[in-house]
Amino acid sequence: MEVGMLPISASKRGKLLAAGYTTLHSISRASPSHLATDIGVSEDEACEILKYASQTSSMDPSIESSNASTLHGGQTAWTMLNEEKFATRITTSCGDIDNILGGGITCKEVTELGGVPGIGKTQIGIQLAVNVQIPPEYGGLGGKAIYIDTEGSFMVERVLQIAEACIEDMSEYSHHFHNNVQDCEVKLHPNSILENIFYFRVCSYTEQIALVNYLDKFIEEHKDVKIIILDSVTFHFRQDFDDMALRTRLLSEMALKLMKLARKFCLAVVLLNQVTTKYIEGSYQLTLALGDSWSHSCTNRIVLFWNGDERHAYIDKSPSLKSASAVYSVTTRGIRNSNSSCKRIKMV
Amino acid sequence: MANKLIKQMALPNSIANIFTARNIITAKDALSLTEFELMERLDVGMAEVKFAMAHISEVVCPPCQTALLLMEQRVRNERSAGHLPTRLRGLDEALCGGIPFGVVTELVGPAGIGKTQFCLKLSLLASLPANCGGLDGRVIYIDVESKFSSRRLVEIGIESFPEIFLKKGMAQEMAGRIVILRPTSLSEFTESLHHVQVSLLQKQVKLLVIDSMAALVLGEHECGASRQQALGWHVSFIKSLAEFSRIPIVVTNQVRSQIGDEPLTYSFQARSHSIKREDPAAYDSHLVAALGINWAHAVTIRLVLEARSGQRLIKLAKSPISPPLAFPFNITSSGLVLLDDDGIEMKGSEINTIHCQGQNALFNSEW
Repeated sequence: MEVGMLPISASKRGKLLAAGYTTLHSISRASPSHLATDIGVSEDEACEILKYASQTSSMDPSIESSNASTLHGGQTAWTMLNEEKFATRITTSCGDIDNILGGGITCKEVTELGGVPGIGKTQIGIQLAVNVQIPPEYGGLGGKAIYIDTEGSFMVERVLQIAEACIEDMSEYSHHFHNNVQDCEVKLHPNSILENIFYFRVCSYTEQIALVNYLDKFIEEHKDVKIIILDSVTFHFRQDFDDMALRTRLLSEMALKLMKLARKFCLAVVLLNQVTTKYIEGSYQLTLALGDSWSHSCTNRIVLFWNGDERHAYIDKSPSLKSASAVYSVTTRGIRNSNSSCKRIKMV
Repeated sequence: MANKLIKQMALPNSIANIFTARNIITAKDALSLTEFELMERLDVGMAEVKFAMAHISEVVCPPCQTALLLMEQRVRNERSAGHLPTRLRGLDEALCGGIPFGVVTELVGPAGIGKTQFCLKLSLLASLPANCGGLDGRVIYIDVESKFSSRRLVEIGIESFPEIFLKKGMAQEMAGRIVILRPTSLSEFTESLHHVQVSLLQKQVKLLVIDSMAALVLGEHECGASRQQALGWHVSFIKSLAEFSRIPIVVTNQVRSQIGDEPLTYSFQARSHSIKREDPAAYDSHLVAALGINWAHAVTIRLVLEARSGQRLIKLAKSPISPPLAFPFNITSSGLVLLDDDGIEMKGSEINTIHCQGQNALFNSEW
C-alpha cells in the first residue's frame, strides 16, 4: 500500500489505514483540519503527513534541483552528460591505471578496490590520499583526504615517503614546463601534506557505522575534503558476525550513505576490500569478500591481482568503463607504471 | 565505545526514554539496526530517528587526528620512532628501523627454520636497557609448543652482548624480565590474553610474543567456518591490544601443503591470461602459510622464513613500508645472523612462496 511508503511512525500509519486512507492520493485531497479530526492527531502533525504525502507521490526526491519540468528532482540525461564529462578525477600516479579509468578515480562515485594481501591496496589508498592534494596548477584537486583505518595498516613512515616523492615529481614537472625559475618552487612541504590527511582509527563495526553517519557533519565543516578512503571495509564485518542477513542490511545502508556523501559533496569514495575463496563451478576461486549482495553496492569495482610476476588492476564492474586491465608496480616512491626491467628504484 | 549507554549521551529525554522502553540500551544495539528498522521499532518518524542517530554516531565515533599529528607523536614519545631494532642491519633498514610498534608482525616458515630462535633474540632485545638499544621493558612470551629454552636464551645473550651479560647479576635481571605463559588450549589462551591486557596497563610490558598461533587453533577445531570464527575474535583482540598499548606483537605461524598445484585465481582470470608456471623442480615443496587468507589479511607485516637449496632466507612478504627483499641468513650461537645486508629483490609473487628444499642442510647449523 502506498501509505506504507511514508516516513512516519507506525502508529500514525495504523491510524490512517483505520480511518480509510489507503492511498496517497486520498490523503492529499484532504485538508489538514479534516485529516486531523479523522485520525485523531493534532493539526501540526496532520500538516506534516500531508507534506510527506505530496513529496512522496512525486518521483524520486533527489538533492539536485533541475530543469526537468515534468518530474520533481529528476535530471535529464543531457545535463548529466555534461556533468560526467567534466567530472573531476584523482590520478593514481600510474599512467596505465589512469588510462583504463578514464583519467583517474572519479569524484561523485564509489569505487571498490579488492585484492589478496600484499598486492598494494593500502599503497594505492595512501597514494590517492596524497594525490588528491596536488594543487590545481599541477592538474590536481588541491583537496584534503579522510583516511578511515580499520586494520591498523596506515604507516606514517610510508605516507611521508610517498608525500616526498610526490613533491619531487611536481618540481620536476615544473622544471620541464616553466621557464621562470621562481615558478618551479613547489610551495608544498611533506608535513603540510600529512596535515591534510584526516585519520580515523575504527575498532569495531559499530564505530565504523557511527563514523559513516558522522561524516556528513564532518565534511560540512571541512568542505575541502575531496576523497574518503576506507581501509578496509571488510575487516570488522568478517569477525564475529553471526547474523548474515543483518550484515547485508547494514552494509547496504552504509554503501548508500557513502554514495550520498559522494554525490552531495562531489568527492570520491574509495573502499578497499579483502578476498575470500569460494567454491564455484567445481573449483575454488578467489572472489572479493562480503558476499554477492555487497558486490552490487559499489559503482565501480577494480580487482588487483598477480599475473606471473606483475601486479595487474582489472576493472571488474563499471557502468561506463570498459573491462580492461593495467599493469602497475609499487615502488619506494609509491604506485607507478611498471618497468619491464624491474630495477629497484632508489630514492633520490 | 560501542558499549556506551544511550541514556548517558545527552539525548533529549523524550527520545532517550523511547530507546530504553524498546530495549535498545547501548550504542551498539542502536547502530546494529538500519534506520528503517529503528523507525519501526521505536514508532517515531524518520526525522527523529535521523536526529537521534546523528547524535549517537557523533558520540561513538572515534576522534579525528591528522597524519602529521600521528608522526609527531611517534617521534616524540617512542624509541626509534616506534620500532624495535632487530640488530640485523639489512632487515632494520628495510623496516624503517625495526619491528614496528602497534601492529602484528608474523613469522611464518617450515619447522626448524629458525622462527623460535628469532623470537628468543627479539625477547632479549626488548629486555635490554635503553643504552644498549633495547626497550628496557618486560616481555610476555606465550609458548604454546613448549619450545622456549632459557638456556638457549642466556647463550644468545652471552654471545651477542657479552659486555652486559657477563656482568654480575645482569643475566638474571634480563632473563627475569621475560615472563613465559604456557596455555594448553584455546580457552586457556583466551584467558591469558585477558591477563596480558591487564598487565600491559600496569607494568612495563614492551613486547608480546605468541609462539605459535597455528598450534593453538589447528589442534582445536575442524576445518572451515568454526575455526575462522574462533580465530576472528582473537585476531581483532590481538590487533587492538597492539594498537592500544603501542607495543610490537610478534606471532609465529606454521605452514601446510597447498591443495592442488595451481595458485588460486579469480573467475575472470580463468582462460584469458596465461599464468606463468613455476619451475617444475619446485613442485615438491608447495607450501603455504597456515590459518587461511583471513589471517593473512589481518597481519600487518609478514616475514617468511624459508630454505632454498640449503640456503635459508628471510623475506619481507607483506609490509606496507618495505620493498620486497629477501635476506640470506644463518643461525649461530648468537641467534640469527644475516649473510647479506643488501638483500635480494624478489619480483612478483615469488616473495610470498615458501620453500623447504635442502632439508638436510637445515640440520647442519653451527650450534
